[in-house]
Amino acid sequence: MDALGEFVRVYQTTIGVIGINALLALSVWITLYAGQLTLGNAAFMAIGAYGAALLGMRLGVPFPLGLVLGAGLSATLALPLGLAVFRLRGVYLAIATIGFGEVVRVLLLTLPFTGKALGLNGIPPLTELWHIYLSLVVVAYVLWRVQGSTVGRAWAAIREDEIAAASQGIAIRRYKLAAFVAGAALAAWAGGLSAHLNFSIEPGDFGFTRAVQILVYAVVGGTPSVAGPILGATLLTALPEILRPLREYRDIFAGLILMGVIIYLPRGLVTLAELRKTRRLQEIGAADVA
Amino acid sequence: MLLECDGISKRFGGVHAVAEVDLAVAPGQVFGLIGPNGAGKTTLVNLISGHLRIDAGAIRFAGADVTRLAPHALTARGIARTFQGVRLFKGLTVLENVLVGRHARMRSDVLRRLWPRGAPDRRDRESAGLLLERLGLKRPQALAGELAYGDQRRLEIARALASEPRLLILDEPAAGMNPAESARLRELMRALVAEGLTIVLIEHDVRLVMGTCERVAVLNFGRKIAEGTPVEIQASPIVREAYLGSEDAA
Repeated sequence: MDALGEFVRVYQTTIGVIGINALLALSVWITLYAGQLTLGNAAFMAIGAYGAALLGMRLGVPFPLGLVLGAGLSATLALPLGLAVFRLRGVYLAIATIGFGEVVRVLLLTLPFTGKALGLNGIPPLTELWHIYLSLVVVAYVLWRVQGSTVGRAWAAIREDEIAAASQGIAIRRYKLAAFVAGAALAAWAGGLSAHLNFSIEPGDFGFTRAVQILVYAVVGGTPSVAGPILGATLLTALPEILRPLREYRDIFAGLILMGVIIYLPRGLVTLAELRKTRRLQEIGAADVA
Repeated sequence: MLLECDGISKRFGGVHAVAEVDLAVAPGQVFGLIGPNGAGKTTLVNLISGHLRIDAGAIRFAGADVTRLAPHALTARGIARTFQGVRLFKGLTVLENVLVGRHARMRSDVLRRLWPRGAPDRRDRESAGLLLERLGLKRPQALAGELAYGDQRRLEIARALASEPRLLILDEPAAGMNPAESARLRELMRALVAEGLTIVLIEHDVRLVMGTCERVAVLNFGRKIAEGTPVEIQASPIVREAYLGSEDAA
């Protein structure tokens, strides 16, 4: 027990960041599950982070309420944005959401109350590890249950074949929008938690790199199940710590591992278990190679 | 009339894919739609099912104007369809495909599902299972993409039936089926019509059309060139020239 306590104490920040990254990975997983590639989640994270921090520091709003309001603000902004961008598909949709991310970043650099390039400092460190991990457990459970519901099936159907999905009575636009708004709220929730964990935030934390990182967690972990994004975020966040003995070469190795996973497990780490079965089926010629 | 198309038209650039077509499908009928390749049959279906926007004309279904409705709204009103070439959700299981087909008849169960032991869709799963049985599909947990082609076609019909439609539009359902499967399809259509379903059948297989349809309309170059009973259509010189003639050449 002591050893565990010591481990948690030493790696407290990393453990917290892993949980937050897992929440972020799940936020983009929701839209990926519905077959939509969006890269706006870093911006929604920023809205939650700045929202929660500013409400707490300037207006004395209690921490939990700040988190809720940040997520609510993010969802409210996602709604009209989603209505506009879901005219687009695939890479065009991704680019449009990147554009939104840039708009948010520049606004954070120019608005009078966001601290411009310096960002916000001295954010009270109110986030406890159990806040993060309770959120993660609740979110993972809810998403897991949603997968088997009418909504989860509708998302999967849209991902598989949008035209056929419309013919089954699924209001495509509405379901895409719901996924987008839910993802935005979740990313903002994670952002609020991270602001009060790190005690300072700046616009650069929420740029394009961040958006891609979030996507990579989800894709490397695997999008077929809820476990994928959590696994991906955990491994990729812990990897720099694990590779610390390699010193200056560690980023190279982290990159190589990433490439290896994407090449050999294109559907993500969670499919590792399936792989053996598929191999066997392929050997007896029973599986579709595609 | 269950379905009435009144002078509906669709252009793609300079091409009149569908030009001022009138159709009237009575309830309980099997209505055949035939014509050579590129005659506009599938475009016409896409207009009726809401996948394409109509340029001119009007569509009425069960007495109500449905001209501008989206596909999902039409499904809710009772129009179901299959696609030329199969469009299944290949990454989902056979059972899931049928459950998605029931979407229009299911209430959202997201909230009830949050309860750990909740299985609010038990009834829907049962009725989906019955549909699979009826269509002779035996592996509900197999991925739809893994099925043989004939099975995929039947699964698509099961999925369409899951929405409890009043009108079922089948776009070349017998393509890729062997004669035995095609005969079973004919049996199924008879049984469905006996239960009160109305079917619009688009088909190349002339024997299937002539053997099942009460009325047949013939399209050529986007226009309806003839309509009547199968016997009248087979006797019509215009149809012979446009369709059956080309069939002989092929």
